[in-house]
Amino acid sequence: MPGKVLIVIPCYNEEASLPSLLPELLSAKLPQGYHIEALIVNDCSKDNTSEVAKKHKAIVIDLPVNLGIGGAVQTGILYARDNGFDIAIQLDGDGQHPPKELPKLINHHLETGANVVIGSRFLEKEGFQSSFARRLGIKYFHWVNRLMTGLQIYDSTSGFRLFDRKAIELAAVNYPDEYPEPESLVVFSKAGLKIAEVAVVMAARQGGQSSIRSFGSLYYCFKVSLAMLFSFIRKP
Amino acid sequence: MAKIQLITIIANVLFILYISRLIIKGKLREEYAIVWVICTVLLMVFSFWRNGLEVMARLTGVYQAPNLVFTGFIFAILIYLLHLSVVASKLYNDNKKLAQEISLLKEQFNKHIENKK
Repeated sequence: MPGKVLIVIPCYNEEASLPSLLPELLSAKLPQGYHIEALIVNDCSKDNTSEVAKKHKAIVIDLPVNLGIGGAVQTGILYARDNGFDIAIQLDGDGQHPPKELPKLINHHLETGANVVIGSRFLEKEGFQSSFARRLGIKYFHWVNRLMTGLQIYDSTSGFRLFDRKAIELAAVNYPDEYPEPESLVVFSKAGLKIAEVAVVMAARQGGQSSIRSFGSLYYCFKVSLAMLFSFIRKP
Repeated sequence: MAKIQLITIIANVLFILYISRLIIKGKLREEYAIVWVICTVLLMVFSFWRNGLEVMARLTGVYQAPNLVFTGFIFAILIYLLHLSVVASKLYNDNKKLAQEISLLKEQFNKHIENKK
């Protein structure tokens, strides 16, 4: 079954990492019959992200105001929905998610029929494993997620994930704004979508800084917990 | 009529006139003006009816009448602040949708232009 795959890359000041990422991405070996396109959602970058991406044959969407990661990803999802893509894969622009891992996500989707597939760095202890504090946070969200969705998801904060057509339709209308990764899983599972995880090897970021640092991380934990709770209570 | 009554009544009338002017000029939407109009009407009632405050305080079991004013107003202000947060949230959502639509349209438009070339 042939399919159209859209790689959604939310970007904020990623001109340094795109020149190596995009060619690698567009030449990734996908399962037979799959056609890949890269979409850069430029979230009001202050550098030349947009021009660099255009030079490397990516589709570029320039947001007129900064929407944050959730709003940017949702824009990509909207594009996937309106242009008839079968699969959308979110991938970070900083080189953390190696394109050669893409087939693993697609194959896992094909084998299990899961609507959402998360690329997890913890299923097999390989590659970049993040700092201690961050792993602690991720463990906490694993626990909260299990509480609310009943699922065993180890890397719920991973931004390397596949959406199939059904998940695309849902995320296009309902996707959290700020720090969307753990919260969206609650939304998906409440809507009855099947969520699966597959082991991938991640790299340390090549450029830029994480959006979650120091005091921000406390706010992050608190905000996301609250958001997950309300997503859980809210009627789908 | 006591001096203070005259002052509050005049201040109130000026305030109502100012709110009306804002609405007429289209700078204030009516739904946000309602709260302000209600506040001025209440103030007006108590400027004419000077004993009213004492009566209300006795009715609600507040020992000192001014405390009733503070409690009432702080509560009203909190509710109004909450209302403003709701308005801001709605604006944020609308704004997000508009930004997404515009960027998607712009992409489509550019593609269209390129194809025509």
